Amino acid sequence: MTAPDFRKRAIIAGVAESDIGRTPHLTELQLHAQAAKRALENAGIAKADVDGILSVTSARAVRMPAIQVAEYLGIIPAYTDSTSIGGSAFEAMVQHAAMAIAAGLCRTCLITYGSTQRSSAARSLTGTAAESWLPAAQFDMPYGLPMMAGAYALAAQRHMHLYGTRPEQLAEIAVAARAWARLNPRAWSREPLTVEDVLASPMISTPLRRLDCCLVTDGGGAVVVTSADRAPDLPHAPIHIWGSAEAHTHSSIAQMPDLTRTPAAITGPAAFNSAGITPRDIDVAEIYDSFTITTLMSLEDLGFCVKGEGGPFSEGGRLGPGGAFPINTHGGGLSYTHPGMFGIFLIIEAVRQLRRECGERQVANANLALCHGTGGALSSGATLILGREAR
Amino acid sequence: MSAKRPVPVPTPETEPYWAAARQGQLVIQRCGDCGEHCFYPRLVCPACMSDALRWVPCSGRATVYSWTEVRRAPGAFADDVPYVVGLVELEEGPRMLTWIRSERPEAVRIGMGVKVAFEPVSDDITLPVFVVDDA
Repeated sequence: MTAPDFRKRAIIAGVAESDIGRTPHLTELQLHAQAAKRALENAGIAKADVDGILSVTSARAVRMPAIQVAEYLGIIPAYTDSTSIGGSAFEAMVQHAAMAIAAGLCRTCLITYGSTQRSSAARSLTGTAAESWLPAAQFDMPYGLPMMAGAYALAAQRHMHLYGTRPEQLAEIAVAARAWARLNPRAWSREPLTVEDVLASPMISTPLRRLDCCLVTDGGGAVVVTSADRAPDLPHAPIHIWGSAEAHTHSSIAQMPDLTRTPAAITGPAAFNSAGITPRDIDVAEIYDSFTITTLMSLEDLGFCVKGEGGPFSEGGRLGPGGAFPINTHGGGLSYTHPGMFGIFLIIEAVRQLRRECGERQVANANLALCHGTGGALSSGATLILGREAR
Repeated sequence: MSAKRPVPVPTPETEPYWAAARQGQLVIQRCGDCGEHCFYPRLVCPACMSDALRWVPCSGRATVYSWTEVRRAPGAFADDVPYVVGLVELEEGPRMLTWIRSERPEAVRIGMGVKVAFEPVSDDITLPVFVVDDA
């Protein structure tokens, strides 16, 4: 006899962004706190009920993010998690929160993120100034690969070589993101964008151009995960966790086992298996778009199309508003916002879609949503499948 | 010129690699137990966890696994653009990030044969790079 699925013991009760875009008046901790306050209000849950804190930050100065955030918010948690796996951290944290709740370690988890990457000009092509003894410091950084664009460029180049993927097909992903962003008042980039515009943007590292790359913004987000038995007392209908999985294949791009097979090839099948559904059942997908190639390969690896067909699959507006397979309905990291780690915004949008709160950009009959986060240099992946109804 | 170039600082674990590079030799580790080669240098074999890793010379031949021509570079490399960063697969198996030096960067292709060469970047450090192998 198998134990009941831990995922059924927890629900997502609330989500919120902090102020996003350019927020020079706010520190990273203020962004965490602003998002946390709004998400708790959205959940209808008091701070006093929070006994789990899951936080991560892109500021290296914050060495213990969860306890720093807990202290700032005046919370003494029974459970913390500062999982640092890049942009996929938040999809993994929902899974971790559900496990902790199911195990009885805590009852209500607050997942938070905040970054002032734009205002503090913290992102540079040099990459993280590593300790000199780290493998990447000795064997990668001396060769001046622009980070992260260069790492993703290596993957894109090989994908093009193996499968004939074309720059126009990558551009379609940026164009679809922009079309969605035009329907989202909170999006950073809202002017019209064509495939030709993407192809005319400056080359960063072949074959990736500037408009194949995500934005650099400030911003934060928060997600409240609580015990499923609290659902009847809450103002919003709960969002249910149908499936989840995480996988981490390498740290440096030089160590990636196969440049065109992302961790999604592991997490996709595992998450669908845990949910008891197939890719065909998904109504809306929020798939990390740090670069256009990230999304293209994730679509393949998650099983939405066969390996190598991500290019043709992305053509013809399929991914945009009115298309057959809507993804990144807020405009994605390419056009909406991207403060260093974008994964929390995938969850926020999926919950809003399932709650049918998205106005002009609402996907009709959104009952099942998939979120897939990617972190590092295609290093880590975490997939969540969320449902409007209980599984 | 702005930022300083990142130049490797050898550790006891990596010194044999850098010492060999200074002599114009490419060496990597091979496991005495399972026989797998590995790169970068480690204390234990990533295939079998044995600590019987030994330094062995490489043939110096490799194939291009992927590559990118950098047009917009990190500060310290801004004056060098364009240059080609490659991920090459050594004949022995492991891959390494490197520069691919060619008179005709536009002719670099995945699957192309390359061979090691050496470029000093400081008094102590010589970087292995790869050039097109005409053989």
